[in-house]
Amino acid sequence: MTTPKYQAPRLTPPVGERDHIEGSLSARMVLVEYGDYQCPYCGAAYPIVKKVQKELGTKLRFVFRNFPITTSHPQAEWAAETAEAAAAQGKFWEMHDFLYENQASLGDHGFFATYEKKLELDVKRLEQEVAQHVHSGRVQEDFMSGVRSGVNGTPTFFIGGARYDGYPGFAPLIAALEKAEKG
Amino acid sequence: MKEFQTKNQKVSPLKAGTKAPNFTLKTTPDQHVSLRDFLGRPVVLCFYPADWSPVCSDQLGLYAQLMPEFRKFDAELLGVSVDGVWSHLAFSKDRNLNFPLLSDFDPKGAISQTYGVFAERNGESARALFVIDPKGIIRWSYLSPDGVNPGADGILSALENLKSPHRND
Repeated sequence: MTTPKYQAPRLTPPVGERDHIEGSLSARMVLVEYGDYQCPYCGAAYPIVKKVQKELGTKLRFVFRNFPITTSHPQAEWAAETAEAAAAQGKFWEMHDFLYENQASLGDHGFFATYEKKLELDVKRLEQEVAQHVHSGRVQEDFMSGVRSGVNGTPTFFIGGARYDGYPGFAPLIAALEKAEKG
Repeated sequence: MKEFQTKNQKVSPLKAGTKAPNFTLKTTPDQHVSLRDFLGRPVVLCFYPADWSPVCSDQLGLYAQLMPEFRKFDAELLGVSVDGVWSHLAFSKDRNLNFPLLSDFDPKGAISQTYGVFAERNGESARALFVIDPKGIIRWSYLSPDGVNPGADGILSALENLKSPHRND
């Protein structure tokens, strides 16, 4: 019997207009993360991704999609909807970064007040949209796209459209991105 | 591209088209679950190596969150590992799991072996999935490479195919 080849699942749908994209739109290297704002492993990956972005500069496009695992992380859905509500005010990446940089205090009583000072946002509108779950559909859409793409936990990365099953460290990610670019 | 290798040649899951062997396993100290209890409904059988896997938001936590999706197919999900019922109870509570975990504990791994997914080298079940149709026939099986969590895309596709089967035979 021949050994069956293992094929990593593919990203569905591919990166498109609906996505939150950081970096040059024409960049050939594309890194997609499915993440959960309350997941400590995503928190640990956050500075690594930043470092990868800094290293590759305009050669890299970074995309973030929501994958809140609410059975383990009670604050994750709220946080994902908060980032989407900030996106509605053109501040997705600011909020994305803020949530990861303050992961330890997610769900603290004064959390909203803190970011009101730091981010220039209409907090009243944001709170209202989060309370009314205006963006829950978008979060669920991301989540199910992840499930259908073979996301199995967080963080899960896709490089060049294929699931990256390697270690999410700086050097392995750079190596995988460069390899994917060469095809 | 990674080669799909299993370190144990004997790990070879029962294939699609095979009748799913019945079993009766403990799910709590005084409750048993039999596969035949679910005849008439699809069953997703998820063998996994051990409770308390250190992976964040692991496979079973993901499946717990996807129960509403599985329920759309009227499917039942059963987790199986060689852990004892007390471990299952604590693990299930800790991870908010909303489906039964079955204990393939005594004799150890017997049911995993029947399904071809007992890894003797470490005395645990392999990470393997089966989708069984309402008549008790395996329609899809999958063995995940070591250390790779298979996610749920294969399960959902297999459940969809039960509804509108591709007739190859």
